Amino acid sequence: MLEHLNTSLRGIGHRVIDRMWRLGVATRFFITALALSGESLRRFHLVIKEIYFTGVLSLIIILVSALFVGMVLGLQGYNTLQKYGSAEAVGVLVALSLVRELGPVVTALLFAGRAGTAITAEIGLMKATEQLSAMEMMAVNPIARVVAPRFWAGVISMPLLAALFSMMGVFGGYLVAVPLIGIDDGAFWSQMQANVDFHEDIVNGVIKSCVFGVACTIIALFEGYDAPPTAEGVSRATTRTVVNSSLAVLGLDFVLTSFMISP
Amino acid sequence: MSENIVEIENLSFSYNNRLLHQGINMCFPRGKVIAIMGGSGSGKTTLLRLIGGQLKPQAGCVRVEGQVVHEQDSAGIYRLRRKMGMLFQFGALFTDLSVFDNVAFPLREHTNLPESIIRDLVLLKLNAVGLRGARDLMPAELSGGMARRVALARAIALDPAIIMYDEPFAGLDPISMGVIVNLIRRLNDALGATSIVVTHDVHETFAMVDYVYFVSEGRVVAEGSPKELRESCLPFVHQFVHGEADGPVPFHYAAPDYLQDLLHA
Amino acid sequence: MNRTTWDLWVGIFVAVGIAAMIGLAMKVGNLTSTHLGPTYRVYAYYNNIGGLKVRAPVKSSGVVVGRVADISFDNKKFEALVALDIDTRYQFPKDTIAAIFTSGLLGEQYVGLEAGGEEEMLKNGDKIEQTQGAVVLEKLISQFLYSKASESSTAPSAKSENKTVE
Repeated sequence: MLEHLNTSLRGIGHRVIDRMWRLGVATRFFITALALSGESLRRFHLVIKEIYFTGVLSLIIILVSALFVGMVLGLQGYNTLQKYGSAEAVGVLVALSLVRELGPVVTALLFAGRAGTAITAEIGLMKATEQLSAMEMMAVNPIARVVAPRFWAGVISMPLLAALFSMMGVFGGYLVAVPLIGIDDGAFWSQMQANVDFHEDIVNGVIKSCVFGVACTIIALFEGYDAPPTAEGVSRATTRTVVNSSLAVLGLDFVLTSFMISP
Repeated sequence: MSENIVEIENLSFSYNNRLLHQGINMCFPRGKVIAIMGGSGSGKTTLLRLIGGQLKPQAGCVRVEGQVVHEQDSAGIYRLRRKMGMLFQFGALFTDLSVFDNVAFPLREHTNLPESIIRDLVLLKLNAVGLRGARDLMPAELSGGMARRVALARAIALDPAIIMYDEPFAGLDPISMGVIVNLIRRLNDALGATSIVVTHDVHETFAMVDYVYFVSEGRVVAEGSPKELRESCLPFVHQFVHGEADGPVPFHYAAPDYLQDLLHA
Repeated sequence: MNRTTWDLWVGIFVAVGIAAMIGLAMKVGNLTSTHLGPTYRVYAYYNNIGGLKVRAPVKSSGVVVGRVADISFDNKKFEALVALDIDTRYQFPKDTIAAIFTSGLLGEQYVGLEAGGEEEMLKNGDKIEQTQGAVVLEKLISQFLYSKASESSTAPSAKSENKTVE
């Protein structure tokens, strides 16, 4: 009995220490990537190429999801609000949920699934096929040449994608509320504008998406860079990217929201 | 300027508590093609990584142009690496870049040459390996031998003083193999470089190299010119050169007695 | 795929993304409607501010003329000190009344300014003398209950009648 307790406690301890150790390694990786960013910012076309792969290629999924999310919000919101006789407030509901929460969060989750996994798999395979080693032997630091441009591309893409998501979602809500249900066009927009604050809602939403951009990109990069150089290792790393990014985004969302809401 | 561009002195290295090298001494004179041979898993590739400074030895040292590699800071290691070119086992071409951009990569990273000069240099290197016509292909469209040649062009892009080859013949058909053998010798002599070839293909290697080191169980077991080694009567060398199944390197992995094993089941 | 194609697409992406941000600020948010010009600051003491928040609107006749800049507690007077930033386009007399109202029954609270009749206008750093704190719902209810209770004690017969009706 005591023996059993001992082993299970040791197992927990081992796991905790292992996680903390990986967190430390990831933090060092993050700091190294930041410190070696100079070159990629000087040769900005390296970043532009990666923005194409992370940002532009994520556009379709982001815009289509946003349209549907906005339309669902419009329908659900109207369904509930009309019971209280305030169907016009559906614009406020759609806009606030999108700008404050769904825009940054759902964009980050989709980004982790679409761009994050691609980054992890690409870097993992570059490592497995010795491309990163080859780069090192050519006296080129792979963190400066491969990791840093992708990091900045992710950080730049995320707020733009989140803004597009929110805009498209509001448009989806408008489509359902105004032409489909027949809420007054003017009431829809004016209620929205009266209740969505530039600083408290929109700027905070952008701040959130910037933080999520840093978190998702660095997790994807780290998992790829840290993956065992085998097919199995890369596939596991890709899974970990999605799991860890999603957890990080939702956890950070709570922390950020609690800071933003308290005066 | 010493005569040896790379010297390995009393080098010991262990990986995951497994002793890979113990007290290895080698020297690589300028302008020569030297082979390091040994069975699979005898730590030949690790030796190249030690020379390139990607790994640190537990004891002893590697000197490149008189400088101890593992005592350099990262800037110093990068300075040394700019004098080296390395051909990886399967080429390790950058899969997101075309053949042209792969060869141009070291030039663009380390020089500020205008694009027109980079183009001339890249075409020169590609011409040397006979793939000037393949410049617009992507690595995925190349055969194994062609990929190896592009990687070779990339390795010599900065005219290195030391060229390292990690298993350059692995998985190639005889024609491609012949092409690579030819290229290693020709490029070495044309560039005035020193080549270090890690391999286990006896016949191709013996045809082109000046000197051979045999590595087994972490030690240098034999060394000499190909001619000397072919006539060597050391049992390991004899087994290796003639490809015999059993000898000092046993056919069986260490196991208990077969009969005992069967009866225990 | 070459560099110019990437540049083009990324250019489009960044332009559209920034346009979406500006669009959110203009069309969805209230950046255009409540943008204040240069402001001057006046102060007002309240015995109770209720649920008034920093950045709550300051309205006069229903038009937003300013924002609540700061809320603090004066430990000498034991009252809340509220700083109001008012747009310099709008001038108010010295005897203006600053009251805290609630928009709707349960809505957000704001400061309402009711202009007085004096000649002299409020300047930066002035104090508004006449204020009216927030109406606290609990107080109202307890007042209402007390008055009911006193009513019932004076007229017990009426209460018993009620009971029979029930």
